[in-house]
Amino acid sequence: MDYTTLIQLLDSSVRLATPLLLACLAGLFSERAGIFDIGLEGKMLAAAFFSAALASVTGSVWLGLLAGIGASLMLSALHGVASITFRGNQLISGVAINFLAAGMTVLIAQDWFKQGGRTPSLTGDARFEGITLPGADAMADVPIIGPLYSELISGHSILVYMALAAVPATWWLLYRTRFGLRLRAVGENPAAVDTAGVSVIGLRYAAVAICGVLCGIAGAYLSTALQAGFVKDMSAGRGFIALAALIFAKWRPWYALWATLLFGLFGALETRPDVIESVIGMKVQGQLLGALPYLMTVIILAGFVGKAIPPRAGGEPYVKER
Amino acid sequence: MDVMPKWAEVVLVPFISLLLAAFISGLVVFAIADVPDTAITMMDRIGARLDFVWGAAKLMVNGALGSTYGWGYTLYYATNFMFTGLAVAIAFHARLFNIGGEGQAMLGGLGVAIACLYIPWPHWSVALIGAAAMAGLFGAVWAAIPAWLQVKRGSHIVITTIMFNFIAASLLNYLLVNLMRPKGSMDPATAHFREATNLPTLHDLLAPFGIAFSKSAPANVSLLVAIAACFALWLLIWRTRLGFEIRSYGESESGAKYAGISPFKITMIAMIISGALAGMMAINNVMGEAERLVLNATEGAGFIGIAVALMGRSHPLGVFIAAILFGFLYQGGAELALWTSIPRELIVVIQALVILFTGALDNMVRMPLERMFLALRRNKAAGAN
Repeated sequence: MDYTTLIQLLDSSVRLATPLLLACLAGLFSERAGIFDIGLEGKMLAAAFFSAALASVTGSVWLGLLAGIGASLMLSALHGVASITFRGNQLISGVAINFLAAGMTVLIAQDWFKQGGRTPSLTGDARFEGITLPGADAMADVPIIGPLYSELISGHSILVYMALAAVPATWWLLYRTRFGLRLRAVGENPAAVDTAGVSVIGLRYAAVAICGVLCGIAGAYLSTALQAGFVKDMSAGRGFIALAALIFAKWRPWYALWATLLFGLFGALETRPDVIESVIGMKVQGQLLGALPYLMTVIILAGFVGKAIPPRAGGEPYVKER
Repeated sequence: MDVMPKWAEVVLVPFISLLLAAFISGLVVFAIADVPDTAITMMDRIGARLDFVWGAAKLMVNGALGSTYGWGYTLYYATNFMFTGLAVAIAFHARLFNIGGEGQAMLGGLGVAIACLYIPWPHWSVALIGAAAMAGLFGAVWAAIPAWLQVKRGSHIVITTIMFNFIAASLLNYLLVNLMRPKGSMDPATAHFREATNLPTLHDLLAPFGIAFSKSAPANVSLLVAIAACFALWLLIWRTRLGFEIRSYGESESGAKYAGISPFKITMIAMIISGALAGMMAINNVMGEAERLVLNATEGAGFIGIAVALMGRSHPLGVFIAAILFGFLYQGGAELALWTSIPRELIVVIQALVILFTGALDNMVRMPLERMFLALRRNKAAGAN
């Protein structure tokens, strides 16, 4: 494998990792506050549709992004009402949200655009285009560093840089602020937080809302940056891979970055079987690469390689009087 | 003492949840209705939309229940949902959430395909027993691994079964594309099964009794197996020691442990039965209908099992009724997609609403009802004094 191929491969890894990273951080906030969220997939899908729909109607991708975040927040609110206010089963609520998004997006898309459940193709300002970082063109011809900077680091859409910036931001918010301390505490021992006079319900709603915003950006990225428009079921299991990455990352922000980049790399390799063959001298089935994140998660969860321990109060509704 | 009488708990709560789901589904159809251009005033438009909703409902009922052809499809889908619904239900009794019905049903299809392709069965009845056993075995193994990982290694069964759904899809994709596809065929599917394994349809079964049933509908003898499974599961859960242990474990893990019930045993058995039931669905869709194994043969029936089990309150009779209702929705939805601009995804929305209201928002319905019954009882007590 030559250097150019390597750069190309890493470049598409970053592209494919971005929605995973955003969704993974979304799940991180929710689960750290004790709310399991297997509805990441549905929120991404809803956001992907509404951002593409609004971008196509208004011609502005930024309005699309807002619509996507709004749609994802609505589903987050539903999850919050079901699992925080009415103390329902968080897993069942997540399943319902996934189906709701899968059905509603196609139903509304067909009603609005009559194109078989997709949105019109997005062009121009209705899409997030790649940004050329300063000096990228000038650097392009410098050996080694040139391609690295101009191909791999520069040229992504703004959402990619936002996702990368979200990693230190998440770390700072969770580990360096009072809000973060309380949020983590509410996922471990909500009774203690309650005794300290802090609202468990308020904190959990806040976490679920942050999760909604991040899933919204992830979904908008799918339909307005990675692809030009919405198609049915376009999230394609990414919400679940993000969940897998979250377990892989043991519910930590920096690990989430590495885990999603790794899973992004698998995704990139799936489309380049020739590269794998030239590196390890053996043919690897595409299906195996596709299943690898799931297999690795099962192995990690089973504690055969390091142990992933979820937040202790995860999945349990908090009942005040007991 | 329970706050609510038993009938309210068993009938009223699910019924109200279902009404809510139906009402919102109606609103969705109302919102996406085709309105003719002749409707000019606001009232005209509302009237036209209401007509559309009414027409859609009639179309669904007619398409699904108006002919033996419609019934044949409704019952075919219902058979699938009975198997997967029972699968989710038995796991619920042990307070396990088996979200992996889809993967287990896929593996069940693999079991059926192996049985039907490589064993020379003399007659369909023997083939049915053999294929059902293989389907059950494959599904059970696929469910047993997450169960074992939960009890022995502490990994969450919901997450593992989700992962196993995806792994099953990749595995099946690999097998169909690379190993089981007949030479020269581009289609990722196995060869057609032999004639001797073809199951009799309801048409064949009912003809001797002089009942004319549509020839082209896919409902087949698997329906009877599914009904037998409902009954068998009812016996198991409410009439055997094992069923009692499973229910006690589901009620209180610590209490069950104290009574000497092994969590390992219960988790494994409940998940093995669950997986076997989900896998056995394949005798209906793979052996009874397609008569070969194709990619995505399950068509989401594993997930619908969740809605069916929730709606049926995990009771085999409830599952039976809910499965028929979902069979009706599936076939009605297909008719709707055929004759109107409403896509089939309407069923997915209805399914989501059923799961939401009967599962996640259960307390939203129950809490006001409980308050109402409390108030009623207080009034009665006051009246007696």
